[in-house]
This record gives sequence, C-alpha cells and structure tokens, in this order.
Amino acid sequence: MKVAEPLIKPVITAGTVQQKVTASLGRRHRKERVFKGFGLAAVLASLALVLILFVNIFSKGLPAFWQSAITLDIYFDPQVVKISEKPVQAANESDNAFRQRDIEWQTEVGFINFNRLITDSLEKVLPDATQHRRDLQRLVTSGERFALRDMVVQDTSIIGQTRTLHLLTDANIDVWLKGNIDRSLPDTMQQLSPKMREWVQQLSEQGLIQNRFSFALFMNADSRSSLASAGLAGAFMGSLYMMLVVIILAVPMGVAAAIYLEEFAPKNRFTDFVEVNINNLAAVPSIVFGLLGASVFIGWFNLPMSAPIVGGLVLSLMTLPTVIIATRSTLKAIPPSIRQAALGLGASKMQAIFHHVLPLAIPGILTGAILGVAQALGEAAPLLLIGMKSFVAAVPGSPFDQSTALPVQIFLWQGNELRNFFEARTSAAIIVLLALMISLNALAIWLRKKYEKRW
Amino acid sequence: MSNISLIVLLLALMAIAYQVGMVRSRKVATINPGVRMHSRPQHYGMMVGLWAVLPAFFVLLIWAWFAPGVINTMVQASLPAEFATLDGNGMRIVMRRISNLAANFGIVADAADWELVAAEYMKQLQHSSTMLLTALMATLASAGLVISFYKIQPQLRARHQVERVVKVLLVLCSTVAVLTTVGIVLSMVGETMKFFSFIKPSDFFFGTTWNPRFSTTGVGEGSLTGSQGSFGLLPLLSGTMLVAFIALVVAIPLGLMVAIYLSEYAPAKFRATAKPVIEVLAGIPTIVYGFFALVTVGPFLTDFGAMLGLTIRATSALTAGVVMGIMIIPFISSLTDDIITQVPKTMRDGSLGLGATKSETILKVVLPAALPGIVGAVLLAASRAIGETMIVVLAAGNSPALTANPFEAVSTVTVTIVNQLTGDNDFASPQSLVAFALGLTLFVITLLLNVMALVIVRKYREQYE
Repeated sequence: MKVAEPLIKPVITAGTVQQKVTASLGRRHRKERVFKGFGLAAVLASLALVLILFVNIFSKGLPAFWQSAITLDIYFDPQVVKISEKPVQAANESDNAFRQRDIEWQTEVGFINFNRLITDSLEKVLPDATQHRRDLQRLVTSGERFALRDMVVQDTSIIGQTRTLHLLTDANIDVWLKGNIDRSLPDTMQQLSPKMREWVQQLSEQGLIQNRFSFALFMNADSRSSLASAGLAGAFMGSLYMMLVVIILAVPMGVAAAIYLEEFAPKNRFTDFVEVNINNLAAVPSIVFGLLGASVFIGWFNLPMSAPIVGGLVLSLMTLPTVIIATRSTLKAIPPSIRQAALGLGASKMQAIFHHVLPLAIPGILTGAILGVAQALGEAAPLLLIGMKSFVAAVPGSPFDQSTALPVQIFLWQGNELRNFFEARTSAAIIVLLALMISLNALAIWLRKKYEKRW
Repeated sequence: MSNISLIVLLLALMAIAYQVGMVRSRKVATINPGVRMHSRPQHYGMMVGLWAVLPAFFVLLIWAWFAPGVINTMVQASLPAEFATLDGNGMRIVMRRISNLAANFGIVADAADWELVAAEYMKQLQHSSTMLLTALMATLASAGLVISFYKIQPQLRARHQVERVVKVLLVLCSTVAVLTTVGIVLSMVGETMKFFSFIKPSDFFFGTTWNPRFSTTGVGEGSLTGSQGSFGLLPLLSGTMLVAFIALVVAIPLGLMVAIYLSEYAPAKFRATAKPVIEVLAGIPTIVYGFFALVTVGPFLTDFGAMLGLTIRATSALTAGVVMGIMIIPFISSLTDDIITQVPKTMRDGSLGLGATKSETILKVVLPAALPGIVGAVLLAASRAIGETMIVVLAAGNSPALTANPFEAVSTVTVTIVNQLTGDNDFASPQSLVAFALGLTLFVITLLLNVMALVIVRKYREQYE
C-alpha cells in the first residue's frame, strides 16, 4: 500500500524511521481530527437542513390552521329571505321532474341577497357604519353568503330565526390581524382602507373577531372569488382517488410481476431485458410519465383531462417499478428451505409460493407498497401535464370528475397573487401533505419493525 | 348497465361459481368412493370460476373497445346530409353534443330537431348494445359454468388448468413494465416526428434561441408559418446542466462526507438516528422543496449576495441548484454508504495494521476501492437532478437564456415541458409538440446516465462478491 512505501526504504535505519514517524504523528493526527470534523460537520449540516426545512414550513403554516372569524347574530329576516315553499316530491311525480323543480327552487334561493343579512347584523355591532354598507359587506369573505344559502336550502324553518355564526373574515383582514403585512405602510399600499381597519379594530376590541380553527381549510374546495374560504377538500379527494387507483392497480400488478420474475421466470434474454427495463423505469424522470399520460391516456384512449383516474394510471405506472423492486427483494430474502420443504411434501410450485412463501413476504411487500404510495402521493410534475393544474371549485364525486391533487394544490396556491395570505395557506397545505406522508411512512416502519424476521 | 357494474357482477358470479365447483367436486368424490381426486376442491372451484368469468370478460373487453366507435359511425351515417359531411373538429363538436344529449346531460331546449333524432337513435343503439352485450356475457358465463360443472371428474387436472391461467396472469403483469417503456418511447417518438415536420431537427438540437411564441391556430394554415418561433434546445440544455452542476457541487461533498462519517466514525446509536433523519430529506415531495426555495432560500441568497456586493436574483440557477443539492444529499449518502460498507474489512485492516490513521485508510484505501460505485451513485444523482421538475419550475426563474452565470435566472428542459403543455397552445401545434421532443431528449439523457451507472455499479459488485 502507498502509505507503507516510505517505511520500507532500506537506506534509512530503524532509528530514523521511528524519528520520522514520530515527528509526523502530530500532523497526521491533526489531519485525522480535521477529517473527522468535516464528516461530523457534514452530518450536522444535513441534520440542520432537515430542521430548518421543517421549522420554516411549520412556523409559516401552523398559524394558517386558525383563521379570523366574526361572531355575528344573523337574523334570517323573512323580509329578505322571501322564497316559495320548498318543493316536496309528489307521489305521482317522476324523479326527473322533481329534480327540475328542486333546482328551480334552489336557483330562486340563490337570488336572495344574503349579503344583506350579514350587513344588517354587522350594522348592529358597528353603529357608525350605516353609510358604508358596501364596505361593510367586504368585512366578511364573499363565500359566506353561500354558506348562509346552504343553511336555508337545508332547513327552511330557519327563516325568521336568529343564529349565532362564526363567519370568516376577508383574507386581507386575516393578513392584517396576523401581522403578515407591515402596518406602518402608507394607506396607498395597504389592502384595507383606513375605515375598514378601524372597524376591524373595534370588532376585535369587542371580542367579536377571533382566531378560530379553520374548518374551511379542510371542508371546502378551492376558491378564487372568496380566498379566505379556499380549502383542501377537493385536492384531498382527488389525491385519495388517485391513491385508490394506485393501490388497486400498481400494488397487485407489481407483486404479480415480482413473483413471476423472482420465482418462475427462466433465465433468458427476455427476463434480462425485463429486469433492465424495470431498473431503468425506476429512474426515469417523473415528468416523462406525465408526457406518456398526456399522449396515450388522454390522446389515444380519450380519457377525460384533469380526472383522478388518469392521474392514478400515470402514478401507477410510475410506482410499479418501486413495488416490483421492493417485492423482489423481500422474496429473495425468504430462505429457499421454505420452498423446498413445501415442494418436498408434494406441493406444486404455485402452491409452494402462494401458500408458503407469499404469506411470509406480506409484511415486506406491504412496506414497499406503502412507500410507493407515499412517493406517488407527493408527486406533482406528471399531474401538471394531464391537466390537473386547472382550477376546480368542486369536490370530485368520482374518479372521472375534474379534480386537482394535494401537491398540485400547493403549486396553485403558491402562485396566488395574495401572497401575504397564501404563503401561510400553502405552508398549511404542505403540512397536511407532509403529515399524510409521514403517517404512511410511520405505518411502513411500524409494519417492518413488527413483522420483520431475520432468517 | 355500465361496464363497471358488469365487472362487479362478474366478480360476484366468480365467487358463486367457485363455491359451486367446490361443492360439486366434493359430491363427485363421494359418488366415486375409492377413486382419488386429482386436485383439491379449491382448484375445482377456481376452475369453474375461471370458466364462468374469463370468456365473458374477454367479450366485455372487446366490446368496450369497439362498441363506442361502431355506434358513433352508425349515428354519423344517420345524420342529415349537410352534417354528415362535416369533418374533423366540426364533426367532433356535433358528436359531442349528440352524445351529451343521449346521456341526458344536455339542455334539450337548445337542441335542433335533427340532433334530438340522432340522440334518440344513439340512445337506442347504446341500449341495444348493452342488452346484446349483457345477453352475450350471460350466455357465455352460464355455458362456461355448466360445461365446467359437468367436466368435474376425479381424473380432471383442474389444478394444472388453474395454475396455467395464474401463470399467464403473472407473465402479463411483468410485461406491463416493458409495455410502459414501449409506450413512452413510441408516444414520444411519434409526437417528436410530428414536431420535426414543422421544425428542422438541426434547428432544434443546435438552435441557440428559445422563443416558441404562441399559437392557438390549427395546423397547416398559412397563418401559422408566420408566427413560428425558434425552438433552440441549447439554452434549455445549458440551464439544465448549470442547475444540475450546482446541485452536484452542493450534494457530492456533503453526501460523501455524511456517508463516510456515518459508516466509519459514528457510534452505532448516532448512526441509527441520524441516518433515517437525513433520509427524510429524500422523502419530502419536490413541490415542498420548490416552495422552500422560492420563499426562503431565494430571498436569503439575495440578501447574502447583497452583503457580498453581488446581485443574485431570488429565482436563479443558484437557488434551484442549492435546494436540489439538499434534496440529493441523502440519495448520494445512502448509495455511497452501501458501497463503502461493501468494501471488504480485510482491506481496511491491512491498512490500519501498517500504521495508517483512519482518515488515511479511508482516503487512500476505502475510497479508491469504492470509487466506481461512487461514480455510479453520482451518475444516478445527476440523472435525478436533470429530470427534476418542480424545484426548477418554482425557483429557477424561467428565463431561457444561454448563460453560465449561476446568479441569473435560467430555464430548463423540464420547466419548458411544463410551460409548453400547460399553456393554452393547440395540442397539434409545434408549440405543444416540442414538449415531446424535449421529453424524448430528457429520456435519452437520463437513460444513458442510468445505464452507465447500473453497469458501473454492477461491475463493482461483482468485483467483491
């Protein structure tokens, strides 16, 4: 070895060698310490990066789980909410005819000026605001009037009654109250007019504006007209449908493929080719799968754009190699003696594998499958290419409806113009996504720990 | 009846047929005392189930593939003469309206009479198509069930039949991976060829300006040639390489040192906690990194640069590269870790025995021995950096200029694919098709890197096994 070379030069006597080595020892040990220090520094730096990343996201996102809301006594004034009787299906009426009547009635309810209910009750708490009803209306985010409408549609007996409700404030008020905008900026650069700021001040002093847990974030779909009520429900359902498709398609297919390749496939050119293929596929950039989805699933098979089914198919193809590789390594780890014992007792090869090897491999397979699903859950790039980037304001009811996905929702929100509000909201969405992924990973680790067997 | 409910019915039928087959085989066994049944009752059950369901399922597949086309053609043929001769988009719009009407989606008041007639006809056809399909499937299923029911005999080799079907299924599943690759290559080559019918390949591969302009017009119209932009790959490729290079500059030293420290120095306990924590970095979705780069790292780098008197844009090659480097650290560190631990202990012991310090052993013995594997790991990391999308979409600044200045905004191949396919461009215009040419380029580059890495790693493994 190179280090030893100077030591065996015959010209130098033992004494001088020893002197030389001793003389160099200090330097060499210093070098050793420096090297080790570099190593430790690298590890600590990496750990620090993990910490910075999480602290950064959480400190930004956690406040967004609470949102400012105005507590108001809303009087469902019969003078304002003037509607005909809610239709009831007659005995001889067809479903379609009833639905038509019901929709007509709902449209009628939709024409009611629910904003008036809100401004009326705001006036009671802000007496000086009577002349500025238009401004007053802007204190509450515009989506809340639909919440009121839905309340009436659901239960018409509410008309004439008073309900105490927590209505979300406008996004800009939330920003102002949380101090996410510099309050010392001149009026021309503020989103809120001085009058509105004064009202907000009054309301918070009365304790009517409070930070409440934001159910909107979880219950609502995305919104562009009423930013404060934009939520993750649509994206969450979209992601859920996609994960279902992945679980139904990629996991069984991947396991079957792995069983064939590991247990049955003869060693020949074709199997080699398939193997190389799978290894390569695992390293193909995800966006390429998006291109495949755009041209094959949408272009050739005419599947709907933006639908979770297409996203699920694309993500399935992407996850397939992960599942195959994980399953194969699990199968490989199961000792041949199990197979031999089964075969020796007269089981067919298929029986040996399905009755004896596979049950032992299930924990490993599940772990691999869960990790694959978690990876698919966080993937955004291929989904952009199959149209999931479009704005969808409804919660999808089936995998064929238009929808978006959690990571894509993050992408959409980070681009929103109201940065002060959506930076926090985006971080909150990231926290939700990370929480889902971490629980999936924890589940995988738990499974592995619980059922892991060393042979 | 929709296809999905048919499939559910088939599954239910399969469960019933399975039971029927099992019961029958037990009956047969009691009828023929003293004769050994060839297979177990479950196999007979499975066989009957397969016979009942598989033929019907194939019919369903074929039907689902062809029936909509046949119905459409028949409806088209029935249209009034002035509409039947429409072509391309016009026809597509008409057919879309008709099929919406037939599905009760459309608003009937706005529909013309001929549309209503066609929709009614389509409804009829669809109805008879489902009836026919259901009848055919029912016949096949019951025939399969009855025939296989009476075939159950002690000497029937049911297990062999079932196992053959299962094996075919397994083979089919393992070819899906190959089909995916074939699909990727074919679809991308096809669309790329279309793109090259607009733009010369040499203009694409060696062009130095990227300015695709905007197009919503159809293909082949005179107006299009005037609005054609320049599709030069080089600025995008240079941006990609610049970002990937910065990422590797960040990730290689950190990742290597992490791997060395954790595998050679760290006490087992520290290693057991630090390693998974660092690997968390690999599991974080890239969109999260993108957001982190955009709102935290970018502004930080700008302020930092200002302190040094440099102008660093918040979204620049540097921002994207640094954050991508962070993402790649665990990738390099865990691959390198595997490789370092594979270096035989005897080599280490030999060096230590000759009086070398630990760091000397690592630098002069372990690392040279592990070098090929490390190179493979770096190549894999490079391929990942080149194909990474979300970080660069958010943080690289999206400005396709040929520059080597890391403080400037750049654009990459992946960013451009996203931009070209998610805009309002017509899908058949070169502005959209170029995405596939870019995708193919990306695919080939990463494929080469991956293959090289795999070959190197495999060679290295053989060396020590």
